[in-house]
Amino acid sequence: MFADLPLLSLVIWTPIIGGLLVLAAGSRNALEAKVLALLVALATFLLSLPLYSGFDTATAAMQFTEFRPWIATWSINYHLGVDGISMPLILLTTFITVLVVIAGWEVIQNKPAQYMAAFLIMAGLMNGVFAALDAMLFYVFWEAMLIPMFIVIGVWGGPRRIYATMKFFLYTFLGSVFMLVALIWMYLQSGSFAILDLHAMPIGLTAQILIFLAFLLAFAVKVPMWPVHTWLPDAHVEAPTGGSVVLAAIMLKLGAYGFLRFSLPITPDASQQLDWLMIALSLIAVVYIGFVALVQQDMKKLIAYSSISHMGFVTLGMFIAWRIAANTGSMQGAGMGIEGAMVQMISHGFISGAMFLCVGVLYDRLHSREIADYGGVAHTMPRFAGFMVLFAMANAGLPGTSGFVGEFMVILASFKANFWFAFLAATTLILGAAYTLWMVRRVVYGEVASDKVAALKDLNGREFLILGVLALVVLLFGLWPAPLLDVMRPTVEHLVQHMAVSKL
Amino acid sequence: MLDNLHNVNIAIVAAPLLGAIIAGLFGGAIGRAGAHTVTIIGVAIAFLLSLVMFNHVVIQDAGIVSHSVYTWLVSDGITFEVGFLVDKLSVMMMVVVTFVSLMVHVYTIGYMAHDEENWPEGSGAGKNSYQRFFSYISLFTFSMLMLVMANNFMQLFFGWEAVGLVSYLLIGFWLKRSSATYANLKAFLVNRVGDFGFLLGIAAVLMYFNTLDYAAVFNAAELQKDLVISLWPGTEWSVMTVICILLFVGAMGKSAQVPLHVWLPDSMEGPTPISALIHAATMVTAGIFMVARMSPLFELSETALSFILIIGAITALFMGFLGIIQNDIKRVVAYSTLSQLGYMTVALGASAYAAGVFHLMTHAFFKALLFLAAGSVIIAMHHEQDMRRMGGLRKYMPITWITSLIGSLALIGTPGFAGFFSKDLIIEAVHASQLPGAGFAYFCVLAGVFVTAFYSFRMYFLVFHGKERFRDAHHGHDAHGHHAVHEPHETPWVVTLPLIALAIPSVLAGGMYITDMGFGNFFGSAIQVLPQHDVLGQLAQDYHGPWGMVLHGFLTAPFWLALAGVVTAWLLYMKYTHVPALIQARLQFLHTLLEQKYYADRFNDWFFAGGSRGIGRLLWQWGDVRLIDGLLVNGSARTVGWLAAVVRHVQSGYLFHYAFAMILGLLLMFALFVIAG
Repeated sequence: MFADLPLLSLVIWTPIIGGLLVLAAGSRNALEAKVLALLVALATFLLSLPLYSGFDTATAAMQFTEFRPWIATWSINYHLGVDGISMPLILLTTFITVLVVIAGWEVIQNKPAQYMAAFLIMAGLMNGVFAALDAMLFYVFWEAMLIPMFIVIGVWGGPRRIYATMKFFLYTFLGSVFMLVALIWMYLQSGSFAILDLHAMPIGLTAQILIFLAFLLAFAVKVPMWPVHTWLPDAHVEAPTGGSVVLAAIMLKLGAYGFLRFSLPITPDASQQLDWLMIALSLIAVVYIGFVALVQQDMKKLIAYSSISHMGFVTLGMFIAWRIAANTGSMQGAGMGIEGAMVQMISHGFISGAMFLCVGVLYDRLHSREIADYGGVAHTMPRFAGFMVLFAMANAGLPGTSGFVGEFMVILASFKANFWFAFLAATTLILGAAYTLWMVRRVVYGEVASDKVAALKDLNGREFLILGVLALVVLLFGLWPAPLLDVMRPTVEHLVQHMAVSKL
Repeated sequence: MLDNLHNVNIAIVAAPLLGAIIAGLFGGAIGRAGAHTVTIIGVAIAFLLSLVMFNHVVIQDAGIVSHSVYTWLVSDGITFEVGFLVDKLSVMMMVVVTFVSLMVHVYTIGYMAHDEENWPEGSGAGKNSYQRFFSYISLFTFSMLMLVMANNFMQLFFGWEAVGLVSYLLIGFWLKRSSATYANLKAFLVNRVGDFGFLLGIAAVLMYFNTLDYAAVFNAAELQKDLVISLWPGTEWSVMTVICILLFVGAMGKSAQVPLHVWLPDSMEGPTPISALIHAATMVTAGIFMVARMSPLFELSETALSFILIIGAITALFMGFLGIIQNDIKRVVAYSTLSQLGYMTVALGASAYAAGVFHLMTHAFFKALLFLAAGSVIIAMHHEQDMRRMGGLRKYMPITWITSLIGSLALIGTPGFAGFFSKDLIIEAVHASQLPGAGFAYFCVLAGVFVTAFYSFRMYFLVFHGKERFRDAHHGHDAHGHHAVHEPHETPWVVTLPLIALAIPSVLAGGMYITDMGFGNFFGSAIQVLPQHDVLGQLAQDYHGPWGMVLHGFLTAPFWLALAGVVTAWLLYMKYTHVPALIQARLQFLHTLLEQKYYADRFNDWFFAGGSRGIGRLLWQWGDVRLIDGLLVNGSARTVGWLAAVVRHVQSGYLFHYAFAMILGLLLMFALFVIAG
């Protein structure tokens, strides 16, 4: 019954139109608007489920495709479709959006309808980014998506929100402009904006390298990779909890998705030429940022740095393919790196989202993110403490949680490329545990630190529900990641084959 | 039949897991009795079913049971599965783990009966702490079973980290104590250092074998033994050596070998039942088990074996020395555990894997016994752990006294007791070994016998004999204001029953299994030794049954060394009790060195913990804040802001920045393409 519906359009436009309706409703009644927002988010999530159940895991081809000419003069089309890389990310987006709407329920007192609407619209636009098969359409969604995030931080953010939005703005716009140039140049060469056409398009090495660098600027900022990462901790600190959750859980994945959808297949030779750069930046992210996370005093900053460090695994897994080929004589293992990167992206969405929600729970009560203001929270909030320790362990990559799977696969794959890559990447075992559990020790354990902590109330039903659902998902994908891998396998295999063929 | 056994295996791990889930999530609803009943039933089922498997695999000798349960994931043509391998090695571990765990579960009913006293009033975390404790120890049993029953490296790593998690949770169980949360963080991080090596070792296995399945890896090991890897240009390492040393680094963390031993003494912050279960009998022996399991790989690298020999020997002797000066009853046993783990490691290094695992088994019984007995003393002394305030307790707690004596005699290797057979076997095996480092190791394990006997009986005399020092003075921390001495009394039956149950195998398990495990082929194909390394095979030629070994035992150096240790302890702590203080004053330097634990903790705190924070601050303040943000980002922000200010009267707002940046970017890119094109 779902096969005939334009599912991708629905998951893009339902939340956008729904968001506009929420805006309209909000001027009359805040509660009505919130209920409507929740219904829209749930509807979008339900609409995205058939993308999984109806997904054909035997093919690498695009599925659920939709095609409609848009701007014929420049052959820009409304062209949608998903494969094993984008489909899980759409599900992640629709799932997280539901949680974010629930998380903001009582917490947001100031203009709640607008807040909900911003998140719904953002979700639709992000789905658009993942579903777009036309480069211009992709670009439009890519830029448009920033506006609601910009508003979320700017309106509901903390005291330094102007600085944070400015920084966010500078970084991301400067980055994506170069991508636009590269896309236009390729259009002028090939006459097509279709991403799949660009995959097949032969390009000379110099041009490939320039295109690669243009993409790199756009995507590296989003991931974010060292050294263009410093906007993230500021944005997180100033963003409201929901903003942080979406930022960490989904927005960071857009950059990584860009590498998979654009950089690797369009410029494979440049990727091969510059893989040393990508690997170096990834490893710097893992190690350098791991140390930086260790000394953070602000819980949100700490988790933000931890995100950057974890995203280092994503980019590492993607760019080790040619080193594996050089070291072992075959591409076998490259797929594991890319699949590990994908798993890490999804898992990080759940775990970092959960960690930010945990900090949000504390912030809502004490209005402080400073680690030093807490201590002994377990005595007053035992249920919360249980969740916090679970997510902290997941963040530290404990086997049995989803946080382990991606890191494990990337470390296994990078060993095939070079012992020292794996060596440096594996330091996360120590560093990740150190910064996460040291924070847990100072916040959750110990004696009750102050009268304020003594007065804390444990999780309410709404908070328990959100964290409980996330805990189940984190454990499920940790204990049984096979379904996730089965979905992406043909696509990744196809990508690796594609990467192995030179375009020169 | 085989299908049934598969289900038995699943039930063995599922029963404690289920108990843990029920006690953990519904502890409030089912109450204390509900929680301990459900977890004890779970572990009892696991124990009984382990006996079923023992019967099948060992007594019936009906072959190993190996099967996959489900596919964890498939990636790049490699299938990662969750599955079980029950052979003679794992089934022995299963029986030991579930038996000790069952005893500890029963014991905990008594030990944690008044746990509410350990929590601040009104603490939410303290509300169902009793139930939570049972949930954790059952979860530990599940994790440990997953570890020993794994048929592949991935699941091994899962169990490996899962026991680490539970250890973390239990060391920090009394989470209001700063020392406890310091100790559990330290334990987790030091273990992570080991796991760092372990994971790299697993990655190396996958790279060279393209599978993580034990059987497939072990079968192919022989073919890979001549491969080399270049870790840095110009050097070549044998792949097997690299794999084995990396895996062994994992074992060094988990089994607390020097220099990764530092977490174990601090882990005594946890409640005593888990010190017995996790930090003496089972979890810390996971490293020993793992190396024995990997014997087909370790056999192929003499370099790795020598490395293991030396690390084990250092641990065996030098950690023993530290036991001598401890005054906390649990810490003595903790250092004794370190030292004994060193003995097991030495056995592995000498290729006498069977002897190491045999000692693992006997040690599990008598060390769990000693810990639980120490706990019983602690209960009787109202949570006093300082031995200087004990003495003469044998009158008041006869069962604890006798069982402690049995445990101590087993530990020091008194001929006839369980520890004698396994320890003597190790010493003889090292003596026979031809590997580099074996001479040093032989000296260490021999000297260690004296040290072991000395600290064990120092503890025994201080606690159970001599003056009743708890009657002296009102000790400073008796803040309750009542001056009456608590009269010590024997502990309830839930505490003493496990002591008795553990005392039996502490006496018998050695003589019963020495013939099979030590010299026979008990472990079958589970442990493989190359002919040129087969020291146990050589020793078997002079072996004439357990009685012969006992009689011979009275004539050998270890016996006389042990006796000397006991006599010295008697002289110093019973006869001439003023002498230890004199010795201490005379050898102040040595005493300080031991008291500071060779300065290992100080060094780690300063170098690793302090150093990491220093690097973190440096990278953050200089790298992120000053260089990237200060110079690049805010610099350009200032520039843009300045430009914006100049033309603000023309246009304002972010849209302008957007357009400006866009145009600038476009121009730049086109210029680049024109130049390049």
